[in-house]
Amino acid sequence: MEDLGLKIFGAILTTIMAFTVGMTYGGIVRKLTARVQNRYGPPVYQNFLDLLKLQSKKTNIAHGFMGHMAPVWIIIAAVTVLMFIPILNGNLWFPNLSFHGDLIFLLYMMVFGSLGMALGAGQTGNPNSAIGVTRGLSQMVGYEIPFVLALVALMIQFQTTSVQDLTQVQHETGVWNAFANPFAFLAALLASLGMFRYSPFDIVGAPAELASGPVSEFGGKYLGTMMSGGAVFAFIKLTLYVHLFFGGAGNPDDSGILATLAGIGILLVKTFLLYMIPVFYGWINPRYRTEQAIRYFWGWPTALGIVGVLWAVFFN
Amino acid sequence: MENDKNSQKIVDYIGNFARKHSLFVLAYGTGCGAIEIPATMTSRYDAERFGIRGAATPRQADVLLITGYLSTKTLKRVIRVYEQMQEPKYVIGFGSCTVNGGMYYDSYNTINGLDQYIPVDVYINGCMPRPEAVISGFVKLQELIMAGKANNGEKYRENLEHYRSNQKKIIKNWKMPDYNW
Repeated sequence: MEDLGLKIFGAILTTIMAFTVGMTYGGIVRKLTARVQNRYGPPVYQNFLDLLKLQSKKTNIAHGFMGHMAPVWIIIAAVTVLMFIPILNGNLWFPNLSFHGDLIFLLYMMVFGSLGMALGAGQTGNPNSAIGVTRGLSQMVGYEIPFVLALVALMIQFQTTSVQDLTQVQHETGVWNAFANPFAFLAALLASLGMFRYSPFDIVGAPAELASGPVSEFGGKYLGTMMSGGAVFAFIKLTLYVHLFFGGAGNPDDSGILATLAGIGILLVKTFLLYMIPVFYGWINPRYRTEQAIRYFWGWPTALGIVGVLWAVFFN
Repeated sequence: MENDKNSQKIVDYIGNFARKHSLFVLAYGTGCGAIEIPATMTSRYDAERFGIRGAATPRQADVLLITGYLSTKTLKRVIRVYEQMQEPKYVIGFGSCTVNGGMYYDSYNTINGLDQYIPVDVYINGCMPRPEAVISGFVKLQELIMAGKANNGEKYRENLEHYRSNQKKIIKNWKMPDYNW
């Protein structure tokens, strides 16, 4: 029973942490973007204020069943995927379900939120939503290929599909997978540019041309719930990348308070530095068109991914 | 928002604080005033430090910023946009044209006085108002929100017949639904 209680406590703690970290990173990015543009910028906690305001709207309009379900679906998908991501390597405080999920399952589940968004946006009947959804799905077809190739390279190289085992390998050998298979790492890194949807790959939202795309008919509490789901998803992607390529965080042999806090600190540093890569790339690039974005992903990232798979097969 | 006893509870204060510091603006660029909006939002005057940012659609917006004159043709669109916004919502009339018609006061196809057609929280006068004036207008709106006195949507719903009859005087071929949810 105590074990179950600890697991539930860990799950709640994980969700709160993912939400807070995701929202704060978003706020920091807004502040940094403002500084780059020679502006003063909003406070770092601006995203929390936005969320509070959206949730305190008095009236909300929904457009049918999937319109109601889309934000719920997104947040369910986000929390479900979060449970299968190892937060700290082998830590007893955040056990969640990380031993039972593998990479193939994660690949499937990570699309689930976008699917809910696509169905909900489709039911609103707004033409901007429909264009945004088709763009989003096209872009997903673009970046999923190098991403999957990178993951397949790792799976072949280490003969496992478990995120936990991949992190453990890096902990034991002391070599990060970013160096053990640099081509797979580069392919995954370039795929992450599309995953985070900053410029030049912000073709889905595109406020100036699509009126924020799929979410254009969602306001108030619906938009707020979607924002929370997005924040959790950002944390998920960053944590997954850190555990796959940057040696993860946390010491599997020591689950004391100090070691856990140190692990969380290392995780935050690594995820933040990783998050800065798509953000930096976005600051200096204007928006691509849809076909340019897909051509980008099917060019060098896919080639690097194939080289990564060959590397894993021949130089294992 | 004030409750029926004309007072605010703690939860109202928290809600108003968030609303005050997070204003999503739908800039309805009908007239020449729209040229002041980029200057207000970009690096020189930086409205984002007050939590003011642009919203792309009426569903997500809190503030409807009417920049300049409204012709009889654009009034129809403004009403549709305004009614699609979710409460609590606020309206800022920007420039002399929204106050009394401005330089178009005797034109045959513009309206004089925006508040005959939709309720207005704050007017910013001037032709054109500079970005400082725009920001001071937003600060005034923030004060009204914090005091719970910016109840634009409520006012519109209560006096819908009055506003609707005024709107129908201008828009002769009314082919819209009774209320544009």
